[in-house]
This record gives sequence, structure tokens and C-alpha cells, in this order.
Amino acid sequence: MVDHEEVEHVASLARVDLDEAETERFAAQFDDILSYFEALDEVPEVDAATELDNVFRPDEVREGLTQEEALANAPETEDGYFKGPNVS
Amino acid sequence: MSPDTDAFITREEIDPTGEGPLSGRTVAVKDNISTAGVPTTCGSAMLADYVPPYDATVVERLKDAGARIVGKTNMDEFGMGTTTETSAFGPTDNPAAPGRVPGGSSGGSAAAVAAGEADLALGSDTGGSVRCPAAFCGVVGIKPTYGLVSRYGLVAYANSLEQIGPIAPTVEEAAELLEVIAGPDERDATTREHGAETAYASAADGDVDGLTIGVPTELVEGADEAVVEQFKAALDDLRAQGAETVEVSLPSVETAVQAYYVIAMGEASSNLARFDGVRYGPTAAATDDEDADNWNDAFAAVREGFGEEVKRRILLGTYALSAGYHDKYYDKAQDARAWVRRDFAEAFETADVVASPTMPVPPFELGESLDDPLRMYLADANTVPVNLANLPAISVPAGETAEGPVGLQLVGEAFDERTIIRAASAVE
Repeated sequence: MVDHEEVEHVASLARVDLDEAETERFAAQFDDILSYFEALDEVPEVDAATELDNVFRPDEVREGLTQEEALANAPETEDGYFKGPNVS
Repeated sequence: MSPDTDAFITREEIDPTGEGPLSGRTVAVKDNISTAGVPTTCGSAMLADYVPPYDATVVERLKDAGARIVGKTNMDEFGMGTTTETSAFGPTDNPAAPGRVPGGSSGGSAAAVAAGEADLALGSDTGGSVRCPAAFCGVVGIKPTYGLVSRYGLVAYANSLEQIGPIAPTVEEAAELLEVIAGPDERDATTREHGAETAYASAADGDVDGLTIGVPTELVEGADEAVVEQFKAALDDLRAQGAETVEVSLPSVETAVQAYYVIAMGEASSNLARFDGVRYGPTAAATDDEDADNWNDAFAAVREGFGEEVKRRILLGTYALSAGYHDKYYDKAQDARAWVRRDFAEAFETADVVASPTMPVPPFELGESLDDPLRMYLADANTVPVNLANLPAISVPAGETAEGPVGLQLVGEAFDERTIIRAASAVE
């Protein structure tokens, strides 16, 4: 059973505020969805041989965004930096 | 068709930069694909004012090939939905079945093509988001093999599953668009060498003589009766043209939807952490939250601005990856994914392509499925196995039910887009 408190705990881990009604709905829906996921218990172990190789490139300086472009969408900036809330 | 359908979030023309195979053609671009200087919202209030400083690789390739981009299309928020109704900018009507959803998440792109508002469109497909709207709107959609098309500039939802793909009125036109966007890109390290020199449009010759089509009972028996009727008629038609059908078995698809949602939600919970109200998006100061004066509270307050489906997926992803649940959900989902891949590999030992209805149901009525997320997830049963297996698939119109168009899905071996294009062109 997923209860109210569990939804609030996960929401705090994910850093997402929920309103009361959402918490209520999510508790019921998560119950349904997570019981549906239970079927994964029956899946056999399968050897997942990867067919991928690492891709490397030389570590060379190349053109990127200008400082102005990088900051253009920021709600707040100061002296050419992003401005965020206090880390306390 | 009405010139002001609700298929677009932003209507702004972007001029071509070159001449080529798409000269004189108009293309609508899904609003999660970056366009320099033109808003790219992902259907989210969190990016309502976001203007990318650069073009996605596919957008550069469109412009170089002579295409004129006519606007950015509506979509489920961050691609999370099967109806385009989770968009923060309102729903899109289905031009081929008015009053019903266009499918999702690339619903605006499919609707724009179906309504004739663009010659072609780009969507993105994480678990069916190109094929589902193509099926519901009666047009063609291709989900390319993972690694065929660059994802550089595509706003990420679930990186290990998604590809950008073409939507068009015909198989040949979809293949032409694929030809332009496919091929390696040094800015996306998951692209492969395939596609650089491959011609796709020339495969749309309708020749299925001698082709073996595998039909997995698991993807047919659960489908709506009226949909199955159209599906069987399409197979009859292919047999009449010289194709052979054989039964194949994909037992792993029984847990594909579960595996897909665990993986996609897990990746989403990590990807969407970047929406913190600092580099883009609304700021915590704008939320009137008095406690929002330190980093964590401010972060959580800003993120209240996600829509409900997005919050649901971030939370479930966080849950599935959290200590104590990682083994139970995420690791088992990876096993289920490898199992699906193995099943398809076995099917391709006897079949050239695997066929099923694209969607097991006709288009929902607008508003019908929003309250029941699990019901919406189950509608993805036939499309998600393809993403889990990294394979290419095409949806081609195959008749109609009283409730709207039906799509036939053809799945091919990795990087064998030519075979599914050829088979689909015989269905038209």
C-alpha cells in the first residue's frame, strides 16, 4: 500500500512540491501502477550482452555558446553568472 | 481544413539555408526539438519562455536540404502521454476523427500533416510517440533504429529509448525525410555510421513478393475487434501481393509495458532534474512561496509548475530508483528489456518483418482517458517493445473503424529501414 506519507517522502526526494489533492490522487494511482509493475518479478534473468563501444573524441578546445547566449534564458543573472537561491 | 487548427504551439517560419531534396516543402517540427531563436516549450509551462540558442542537428539538416519550417507543434508535456492532452497549451483535435485525440505525444505534428498544414513533420518516439499519432491521424510515421538519427538538440525525456522520426502523408515522403535527417553526428555519440549513404525513398517500390511477415499473436489478441478486422484485411492484401505470413511468438511482450514505464520514468526523473529555475524557466521568486529562500525549497517550489503526468513520472521514477527498490524495479526492467530484444532476434530468424496493429484501440474521445493513467499506459502495448529492442518500425494507414483510422505497424531488424519501408509501401 502506498500512503500519503510515502508520496510526500518521494516528492521531497524528487524536489517536487505537490498540492494536497495531487498527493491524494497519487497515493491511489501509485498503488495501481506499482502493483501492475509487480509482474516484473516473473521476468527471467537475461544476459544483456552489450553491442556498444565507447566513443571518444580528442579533448580539444572548440567553439561553444558565448556567455551571453548561455545566460539568455536565465531568470536571474549577476556579473555574467547564473544567480540561484541560497544553499543553506 | 481550418487554417487555424490547434496543431501548433508556435507559428513562426524558419527559412531554408540551402537547396536540396526538400526545396519547396514545408515541415512542422515537434516542440521538443531545438530551433535557434524560436521558442521550444516541450508543451510545458516550465519552458513557456525558453528560446534555444542553437539548432538541433535535424533542424540544421532540414534547412540545408531546402525545407521551410512552418512552426512548432503541440505535444504531451515533455513527450509524456498518448493523447497530446497533457500539453500545458491545451489539446489538439484529430483532423481525421474530429472530437477525438490525435494520439501522442507528437499529436500536433501528425495533425498538422493530416490537415495539410505542413507537407511533412518531425516527431520524437520514446515509446510510440511518432507511430501512435500517425496511426490515429491516418498518416505515415517512422521510428528509426536507435542511433540512426541524431538526438542533439532534442530535449531529453528517456535517452536510451528515444529517436526523432518523420511523419508524412505517404511512405515515400516519410522515407525522403528520413533520408535527410539520418546519419552520424559527432555531437551525438550514440549515432552510428549507418544512414550516411543509405537511400530510403527508393525502397518504397511496393514489391513484397517473397517477403515473410511474422505475426505475433501476443500483439493481436488483446486488440479491439474492429481494429483487428482492419489489420487482418491489410495482411490479406499483402498476401495477395505475394507476401507470406507466419506466426511468431514474443512471450516477453507481456512485461514490456511495465519495463518501458520503469525505465522511461527512471530516466525522466534524472533528466528533468535540470529544470531548477536557475538556468531557464520560471524562478522560485515568482512562486510566492515564502519558504523558498534556500536551494532545496526553491527548487521544489519551482517544480510544482510541472503538469500532473510529468510529476507522476518523476515521482514514480524516483521511487523505482530509490534504495531498496532499485533491484526490484529497475534491474528487473533491464532484464525484461534484454528479453524483448532476444525475442525479436528469434522472430527475425523466420520473418523479414513483424506486423501488428500500431495501436490496439481506435482514437480515444478528447478527455476520455486523462483520469486513468494506467489505462493510457496500456494503450502503448504494441509500440513500446520496439523502443526496448532499439529496432525500426513504421506505422502505415490500414483502413478505418467507425471511431477513426487504424495503423499497421511493421517492425524490422536494426538498421533495415529499407525493408519496412518497402513492405509499408505495398499497404498504401
